[in-house]
Amino acid sequence: MRNNKNNWLLATSAAALALGTASVASANTLQTTLDRGAVQCGVSDGLPGFSAPDDQGDWQGLDVDVCRAVAAAVFGDADAVRYISLNAVERFTALQSGEVDMLSRNTTWTTTRDTTLGLNFTGVTFYDGQGFLVSSDLGVTSASELDGAAVCTQSGTTTELNLADYFRANGMEFQPIVFDTSEQTVGGFEAGRCDVLTSDTSQLAALRIQLSDPDGAVILPEIISKEPLGPSVRQGDDQWFNIVKWALFAMINAEEYGITSENVDEMRNSEDPNIARLLGQDGNYGEGKGLDANWAYNIISQVGNYAESYDRNVGMDSPLQIERGINALWTDGGILYAPPIR
Amino acid sequence: MTIQHKMIEARPAPRNTVGPVAWLRANLFSGPINSIFTLLGLYLLYLLLTPTIQWAIINADWVGTSRDDCSREGACWVFVSARFTQFIYGLYPRSEIWRVDVTFATFAALIAWLAIPRLPFKRWVVLATLVAFPIFAYVMLYGGHFGLRVVETHRWGGLMLTLVLAVVGMVGALPIGILLALGRRSQMPIVKSFCVVFIEFWRGVPLITVLFMASVMLPLFMPTGVSVDRLIRAFIGITLFQSAYMAEVIRGGLQAIPRGQEEAAAALGMNYWMRMGLIVLPQALKMMIPGIVNTFISLFKDTTLVMIIGLFDLLGIVQAALSDSRWLGFALEGYVFAAFMFWIFCFSMSRYSQYLERKLHTGHKR
Repeated sequence: MRNNKNNWLLATSAAALALGTASVASANTLQTTLDRGAVQCGVSDGLPGFSAPDDQGDWQGLDVDVCRAVAAAVFGDADAVRYISLNAVERFTALQSGEVDMLSRNTTWTTTRDTTLGLNFTGVTFYDGQGFLVSSDLGVTSASELDGAAVCTQSGTTTELNLADYFRANGMEFQPIVFDTSEQTVGGFEAGRCDVLTSDTSQLAALRIQLSDPDGAVILPEIISKEPLGPSVRQGDDQWFNIVKWALFAMINAEEYGITSENVDEMRNSEDPNIARLLGQDGNYGEGKGLDANWAYNIISQVGNYAESYDRNVGMDSPLQIERGINALWTDGGILYAPPIR
Repeated sequence: MTIQHKMIEARPAPRNTVGPVAWLRANLFSGPINSIFTLLGLYLLYLLLTPTIQWAIINADWVGTSRDDCSREGACWVFVSARFTQFIYGLYPRSEIWRVDVTFATFAALIAWLAIPRLPFKRWVVLATLVAFPIFAYVMLYGGHFGLRVVETHRWGGLMLTLVLAVVGMVGALPIGILLALGRRSQMPIVKSFCVVFIEFWRGVPLITVLFMASVMLPLFMPTGVSVDRLIRAFIGITLFQSAYMAEVIRGGLQAIPRGQEEAAAALGMNYWMRMGLIVLPQALKMMIPGIVNTFISLFKDTTLVMIIGLFDLLGIVQAALSDSRWLGFALEGYVFAAFMFWIFCFSMSRYSQYLERKLHTGHKR
């Protein structure tokens, strides 16, 4: 009975989504955005390091910087963004119905989402994955030493399933201790109800700060699931898709070529053809996207390159202190790679 | 045998029947069982209050600007003070905050005028509050006229948004509720069945569902390019939902008025609206005060549900602040602050309703 109900709900929402797709697919998002004077960007309603309002009420975070980059490319003004905070349930509908122009909301890129929800992922801003947090007193250095451990986790998430898969695949035993909210999970870990706390690594860093002694806990190197997080746009508007996609690529390329928000003006005089092309000094690479030649210059001067955004929001300059890890450039041992601009 | 010619002068009451000691004896230690419970109660109070006071006051950190100013031994009120403006005004631009202040000061002045019995021109003030003020508030808060900058509703938040939602919900729900209640008691079949269906539909659906429908499904059924502001969607949802509840409260009051009242009014030649407006409703509304205020208080608290459609009301903005990576781990302080603010408003409403009841008391109270 319950299953039937769920199916019915699913069918209705699918039909509604299809309807939404049909009604807005033809819209020219760039023109709509220009007419409005601001990019409507769907962000999370509060996620440490990714999107949260600061003391001044300005949105900050890695996801937020993608919105700002797109605004800088389109308007030459990174502040021309309207942030619409969305929860997990309404995020895709908001994109479908045209309430937001793009979604930059800590969303994992999966087949289902990419192919059946009428949206396109434009790239990966953060390669997340499920990891483990252990007390340093335990002396554990690898997840393979966790046989028989009591593991704190949050209920109703894929985290639980990944955890069971990982331990079964490695022939280890574990005892799950499930909590409802992240605060309770931290509380349980702190009270010694479990040896290990598991969640996505970006969350682990935020949970770790909430411990009374953050230095007494370490995040193990193993990542047991793939959670590539990235921005997405509606299907059917390739020009807008390209703009959002290349806004992120511009930030990654800028890091690779050593262009930062501080030196971008000097770099405009650079002899390096890669830099000259990116900064619009050699040819107009914005034209194909309906933008001007300064699109990447505006992004880098106002938002910064990927490394600046990463460090400021989740990396070493932020309280979260997440190592670059696989989120480093391909030249630094990570997997971050942006196609060349030419 | 002696005869007392003078009256014995009045003497003070025996010492053990007046003063604090007597009060204690009469109320707290009137018997062995009561004494045991009193002591037990005091002990429990001690157990509860000591750590609370230690945490909230003695060990708490009050001054500073960042999390480094907090020792973590007690509450870190720095978090609340650093974020105070945001908790009150949400993400409203700092330079435009005066507009919110002026709007709410005007509203408070109008309400105070209506609440204090001595002041004259009540009729005009009511008119100003119900007709002129909403227009004024819209112009002030949203802007776009008279050189005021437009502040889009997605920047509204905090206590300001909670109050706006609650006031719009209350002001909208009361008249609609009265009409629905009258309609449900009407003899006209179409009016009556419409009101019954409306009330039963909205009462039968949880508010959270209404808000979800308004925010998730509604946009999909709108023609391309037409989008209704999500705050307006929330206004409509909350108002319709509350008016159904209000209608039932008011119907309860109407039923308590003896039929003779209406018949007597009819005998005087009054038409329907005069009978209702001059005879039945004034008596009924007075009796409904506890019920109406109850509905208002629950509406005020229900406004926190708009959090799920991505609007930052007081609780929502506190939660959003908790996810700022510079302020992680101060959930307790944030929630205590939010609870305190809600309590202040709900308690004031409850006190005012008690005052109103006393003032309008004409023999119905038992």
